[in-house]
Amino acid sequence: MTTATIPQAPAQRRGLRAAGPFLGTVPFFLYTALFLLLPTAIVVIGAFQDKDGGFSFENIAELGDASVLDALWNSVVLSLVTAVIGAVVGGVLAYVLTTTSPTGAMRRLVTAACSVLAQFGGALLAFAFIATIGANGLISRFLEDSLGTKVAPDLLSTLSGLIPVYLYFQIPLMVIVFLPAVDGLRPQWREAAETLGGSTWVYWRKIGFPLLMPSFLGSLLLLFANAFSAYATAAALISQYNPLIALQVRGKLIAETGLGAPNVAKALALLMVLVVAILMVLYYWLQRRASRWSR
Amino acid sequence: MLAGLAVVALAASACGSDSGSTTSTTAAATTPATSAASSANSSSAPTSGGASSTSGEASTSTSGGSGATVEAALPNSADCSDPASGDAKTATSAEDLGGICGLIAAAKAEGALNVIALPPDWANYGTVIDTFRKKYPEITVNSQQPDASSAQEIQAAEAAKGTTDAPDVFDVGTAVALESLDYFAPYKVTTWDAIPEGNKEETGLWVNDYTGVMTVGYNSDEYGEITSLDQLTDAKFQGAVALNGNPTEANAALNGVVFAALANGGSLDDISAGVDYFKGLKDAGTLSSVDPTPATITSGQVGVVFDWSYNQLGVTKQLEAEGVTWKTFTPSGVALGSFYNQAINKDAPHPAAARLWQEYLFSSEAQNIWMSGGASPVLYEAMKASGTVDAASEANLPTIDSAVVQLSQDQAKAVNTYLADNWSKAVGS
Repeated sequence: MTTATIPQAPAQRRGLRAAGPFLGTVPFFLYTALFLLLPTAIVVIGAFQDKDGGFSFENIAELGDASVLDALWNSVVLSLVTAVIGAVVGGVLAYVLTTTSPTGAMRRLVTAACSVLAQFGGALLAFAFIATIGANGLISRFLEDSLGTKVAPDLLSTLSGLIPVYLYFQIPLMVIVFLPAVDGLRPQWREAAETLGGSTWVYWRKIGFPLLMPSFLGSLLLLFANAFSAYATAAALISQYNPLIALQVRGKLIAETGLGAPNVAKALALLMVLVVAILMVLYYWLQRRASRWSR
Repeated sequence: MLAGLAVVALAASACGSDSGSTTSTTAAATTPATSAASSANSSSAPTSGGASSTSGEASTSTSGGSGATVEAALPNSADCSDPASGDAKTATSAEDLGGICGLIAAAKAEGALNVIALPPDWANYGTVIDTFRKKYPEITVNSQQPDASSAQEIQAAEAAKGTTDAPDVFDVGTAVALESLDYFAPYKVTTWDAIPEGNKEETGLWVNDYTGVMTVGYNSDEYGEITSLDQLTDAKFQGAVALNGNPTEANAALNGVVFAALANGGSLDDISAGVDYFKGLKDAGTLSSVDPTPATITSGQVGVVFDWSYNQLGVTKQLEAEGVTWKTFTPSGVALGSFYNQAINKDAPHPAAARLWQEYLFSSEAQNIWMSGGASPVLYEAMKASGTVDAASEANLPTIDSAVVQLSQDQAKAVNTYLADNWSKAVGS
């Protein structure tokens, strides 16, 4: 008996030591499972269920509906346009900021403002725009009184009207996520390029852009996903129809007239997951190409 | 069951004073400052309830209201000392719990009631809830998600099932009520016999509670008088005309389209004229895409709203305080209603409080409060007969010049199918 227990003790200690690092990751995996895997599983399973829980392709078939395809197209175009404009404008802004003193008031002010504005979405933003350039907005009134030009009252509820509204949070977000990458450009590299006789153009083409490209593409993807999943802003501005895919999900969830179909909403959500998944693959591939030189 | 969805044939309550081609329907007869009130014939209110017929069949004219009386009010908390008896979860009437005082005792013991999707400015629900709180101070009323839709009420019951947060009672539109029978507990209130046959499910799974009529509300200071729906394509209404929601989602918006159809030669069976009408507004640039909330209406973003008379009354009162005149207009001969329904959650965490709430809503007290909010309660006829209608409340009911009609179940289905296929094509981006 006693001889048998002796070798067991160290084994147990080894086991605990081995479990130690794993224990530390438990909260992370728990979090991922609860907030990423579980919702995804619910969406995927629900998309293939009928009202009574049986297996069905009905919801997926609904995705072929003309209004769904329209909404998907609108969402992709809106997200792409605002992501590209946001990334370019925000990228330039981030570069300009790095040319100022890192501890200067200008930089601190702009980054602080961007941090706030990047989160300034939803109904709050929508009403800010309504108050500014809505039918009776401050600027609309001013333009009408002083110049006699009338701002179209449904301007903000059209797709092209949503672009400036979305840019309001896209550009600040780009500044925040892209600033560290631009900060990473060492002045010495530029000096080295100049010493070797390289022009500004050569510096950007051979050093600046290739270095920034991976994180620029990453930020672009983030901006796309941000706009693609944005919901509350558009919901506050558009109520009588559902031109965006996120709004269509809402429609299928809350319809009280007999057209509600929570499982179709899940199929729509699955479609959104797929779009983002395709972009992730594309991004991965692009980033591998973009960063090839560094390996 | 079909009977509940029957077209509620309401007796036209004889408004002889209006002889013009259009009747200005006002929802604010008692509010002195609104100029709209001056044109109101406050003595003539719609008579809800009364005769009903199963859809498609001959009118059976069973006026359920006759005979049964409606007492002035439920006993207050302090008026009762009887202990509770029986199990509230399975009680189908107050008798099962030893009478109304037994029910009150059981509800007090539970101490809480979860209501859901009751906006305070919708049919005067704010006052309904406050009055219940005062009557039964031992019961804490938790009003959850006031702006949720009917579908979301059922989803909340499903999501919170088994917890103390689940909604105890529902106030749902007809489509959702009929799809969700499995969630409801049968219960007959003490005023059951006074509720017309066509307005209740025979075992008490759901009961019609109140309706309004669809009207067009508008800012008359800004746009002048509206005498015809055709006017709304005028350039002065640019971007200002709104439905209360998306008709493929919201009952009020759907009825707005049906209303426009009726006013443009369509019928409850063919609403294409309504969709065409809104397409016409869209093409003329007068249709707004903004949600008509008190905020967007007050800010002037929305100037004309298709909505229920009881919602228009709330807007009228609110804008009156801001010095804006909000009037309502209904084309002659178009009186479209749609009853909402009360039901008790089968899995209610507070089953006795849920049943007491139901008793309270179908007492003359709460029915009068709805009426003061511009909604026609289902017991209107019976209360008239019993003499328990409050005249001041009654004055807030809209004046109508024809029988109120509402979509039958089959008609509602056909409307849904038509809207699903055509609405986004007509007004989409």
